Order: sequence, then C-alpha cells, then structure tokens
Amino acid sequence: MKCDHCDKQATFHITERVGEQEHWEERHLCESCARDYLSKPSEADIQSSLASALAQHLKIGQTADELAKLDKKTCPMCGISFFEFRSHGRLGCPHDYVCFEPQLMPLIENIHGEKTHTGKRPRRYAKGLDQQTQLIRLRKEMQRAVQKEDYERASQLRDEIRELEDEA
Amino acid sequence: MIKLEELAGQCGEWLRGSGPDSDIVVSSRIRLARNLADFTFMRKCTGLDRASIERTLRERLGRIEQWDSVSFIDVNGLDEVDRQFLVERQLISRELADADGSRGVLVDANEQFSVMVNEEDHLRIQVMNSGLDLMGAWQRINQIDDLIERHVTYAFHERLGYLTACPTNVGTGMRVSVMLHMPALVLTRHLERVFRSLQRISLAVRGLYGEGSQAMGDFYQISNQITLGKSEEELIAQVSEVAQTLIEYERKARNFLVENGLKELHDRVSRAYGLLCTAQTISSEETMALLSSVRMGVNLGLIRDVEIPTVNKLFIHTQPAHLQKIRGTSLSTADRNIERAHYLQRHLGRRTHDESTENN
Ligand SMILES: [Zn+2]
Ligand SMILES: [Zn+2]
Repeated sequence: MKCDHCDKQATFHITERVGEQEHWEERHLCESCARDYLSKPSEADIQSSLASALAQHLKIGQTADELAKLDKKTCPMCGISFFEFRSHGRLGCPHDYVCFEPQLMPLIENIHGEKTHTGKRPRRYAKGLDQQTQLIRLRKEMQRAVQKEDYERASQLRDEIRELEDEA
Repeated sequence: MIKLEELAGQCGEWLRGSGPDSDIVVSSRIRLARNLADFTFMRKCTGLDRASIERTLRERLGRIEQWDSVSFIDVNGLDEVDRQFLVERQLISRELADADGSRGVLVDANEQFSVMVNEEDHLRIQVMNSGLDLMGAWQRINQIDDLIERHVTYAFHERLGYLTACPTNVGTGMRVSVMLHMPALVLTRHLERVFRSLQRISLAVRGLYGEGSQAMGDFYQISNQITLGKSEEELIAQVSEVAQTLIEYERKARNFLVENGLKELHDRVSRAYGLLCTAQTISSEETMALLSSVRMGVNLGLIRDVEIPTVNKLFIHTQPAHLQKIRGTSLSTADRNIERAHYLQRHLGRRTHDESTENN
C-alpha cells in the first residue's frame, strides 16, 4: 500500500475518530509522513474538524453576500473579525461568545451536541459578560496609562479593577 | 527553583508504574483550560499583555500557601533542548514549546501537576496519575482549580461555562486522556477492529510519542472530544468505560498470544531485551519498539530481570533532549544513538553490567 501523502510504501496504519460524526478515518503513511503526522498535536486535529464543521455550517446557512458581510463583523472589545476567527479557529476575547452568538451557537451545538454547560462553576465569577468586558476595557486603559507614564491614572484604574473583581 | 538537570535525574510520579491496571494503562491525565476574565484571549494579546498575564499569574499563584514545592519555569528563557526536554517529560505541550513571547509553566516537585501559562488559553492546568486513576486525577485537579480560583477571576458564562479561546473546549474546558500500552492488540492486528467497535462515543484515539512509528511503542491515547453539556464526572465515566473495554481486549489478546504461541512470544521479547542490553548504537524508534516488547514481556512474567518503573522511565529518558540533559552536552543524532545504547546498557540487566565492569 502506498503512503497517503507521498509515493513511498506505507508502513504505518493509524485509525482515528474524526469530528463529531460517527466517522473513522484510516491513514496509511510512510515512516517520515507518519512522524510528521504524529508530531502534530492532537488539538490540531480537533482544530481541523472545527474548521470543517464551520465551513459546512456557513455553506448551508448563508449566501455569498451574507457571508461577505458577516466576515467583516468585528468584536468591539478585541477587534477580531469573524473572518479572522473562521480562518484561524481561535476567538479573540470572552465577549466574542456574545457578539458572534448567532453564528457560534449552531457551531457549538454541532461540535458538542449540546448548548448548555452542566459542570463545575467557579465560586465567584464576573456577573454577566458586561462586567467581564468592563474588566478587559479597564485593563487596557491601565496599560495605556502606564505607557504614557500616567501612574496616578494607572493606579486609579487598578483599584477599579480590584473592586470589580471583589464584587464578582 | 527547579533545576532541569535535577529533573533529568529523577522520575515523575506518574511513571512509577503503580495504580489500577498499570500493566496496560501508563497514565491518566486531565487538563483544564481556563482564562482570566480581565484579558483578551491569546490571539488578541500584545507582547505587553502576555507579559502582564504571566506576571499577574506568577504573583497571585505565588500566594498559594499549599504550593511551597511549586516552581515557575520561564519557558521563553529556555533554549531549544530544554524546551524539548519539558515536552518529552509531558510537562508542557509542543505548542507552548514552539510559541513566542512570555510563557511558562508551574511545576510541582513530584511532577504530579503542572500549570501552563500563555498556551492556547491563559491557563492550562494538568494532572497526571499513574495507572487508570481518573477519579483521583479529577479530585486533585478540582482542588488545584479551586485554589487558583481564589486568587483570580475566570472568564465564565452563565450558560456556556468556562470560556475558551477555541469553541471546541468551551463548557468544562476539560480534556480527559488515558494512555494505554497495547502491544498485543497491535501484534494480533486487532487494534483497528477494536477502535471501530467503540464508535458510539465521541472519542479521539491517537498514537503517542512524537519520534516515531508504532515505535510510538504501541502507546495509544484516548480522550473525550466534547466538553460541553456533560458534567466532569460524566465525561470521566465515558473515557473510563472505553479504557476498561480496551484493557479487556488487550488482556484477551495477550492471553491469546500466550496460549497460541508462547514460544514465539517469549522469543520475541527475549530478543528485544537482548538487543537493548547489547546494542552499541540505537535509534529512538528502534528503542521504543523494543522497549514495548520488553514491557509486555515483563508484564507477562517472561522477563524477570527488570521492573516496569524502569521500563517506563527508559521510554522517556532515551528521548533526544533527555539524553542530552543527562549527558550535559548537546549531541548529534549519531552521538545520541551511541549515548542511548550506553544508557540502556547501564539500566538493563546485570549480565551486561558485569561485562562492562570487566572491560573497564
Ligand atoms: Zn509518505
Ligand atoms: Zn472580542
């Protein structure tokens, strides 16, 4: 049998679960391709299944125009665009779960088959994402103050952050 | 502060080869992905943000009194061999090793847990136990998570749970993995069929150890694929159940080999052992494959001169960065193969040891 990736003889046969579907993939690889493949972190596989789930979902739900418009949508907190998220599969900040919610929720349901967390909860956490967003905003402002060497403002902001965190 | 040179000489707790079903299960691992509420995720972090996250976490987690044996290793300040060394030891991920900018890892002295800082998420907490002991690992990591939570505010969503940089981890943020040694299933060519029969659960199965083949030493890792909508205990139960099934199949395959070809099996493991004891130069791939046979041989009582913790240790200590740390100098591939052969000779079998003293 030939290697899936090149013309050499396949000596490694790997079977693995791919994605959320009841789907197994067999890979037949030569030694050097197998080494490349296996040194790839497992999260990368999950990543590629994420990308394909996303592509599939967008293809069904959106026209090209809608997609182009959607791609330009950006998070006001971290500035990530939907296009950037869908090309890299990583979100920019907690607020993205809110501002991209209409697109993310079907994707999350597709990946996990569920949409509600039922596990552990931290004893304290920022009440509502507003408060979290606020924290990130204050933290950024504080950094800018430090850069401008406005230490008075910076320490003021630090106190505000502490207060918010204590409230949580 | 932990010295990497000292780490190289010792052995992680999870390699001690004890715990339930440790003839087949090498380790049980749980990791939790967590993010701080007051920073953007890594993708949108500036260098300044990264440094600030690292500083904040070092300072706050430094206050945890129960952690007096925990040290922080600044991964950004390490050279490539040292980073590779931490990867081989499974204390950090390949991603953390290869990333740029401020990043590091908190490690406890027994290497039972580690907390990666600035990996894909701000925090990646990891606990590794020897054998099949997921509930033990969960209790420990749950406590660690509680301790950390007293000092930081996590990004958490009422309905979606712990918020992570990648939506594949949202919810519990938990990945539960069991590393199994399944040489008999590989040898009897039943592995693929067994994996296929486990389809009803969403699990990722993959071979283990970067440097090679089935020379991955016949190690396979199973882990949960989903993280949302099930409690931590439910996710653990799922992975445990599959692990139990795989253990059963591997036992059956071993029995089959013993009953239907004991001579051949004994021959195979003895040759593997002999090669490891006498080789003068040996690659990492060959070492893994031979050690895998020896490990099965010891577990079946066919080899009596060596114990499982030693074999477990050799899998890790014969990897490239470990050899170089132990030797204390950087080595070319050819030199590593010689060093590896010497290292194996020193740690296996009295017979060779006697010969080598005669030679001296
Ligand atoms: Zn190939
Ligand atoms: Zn954002």
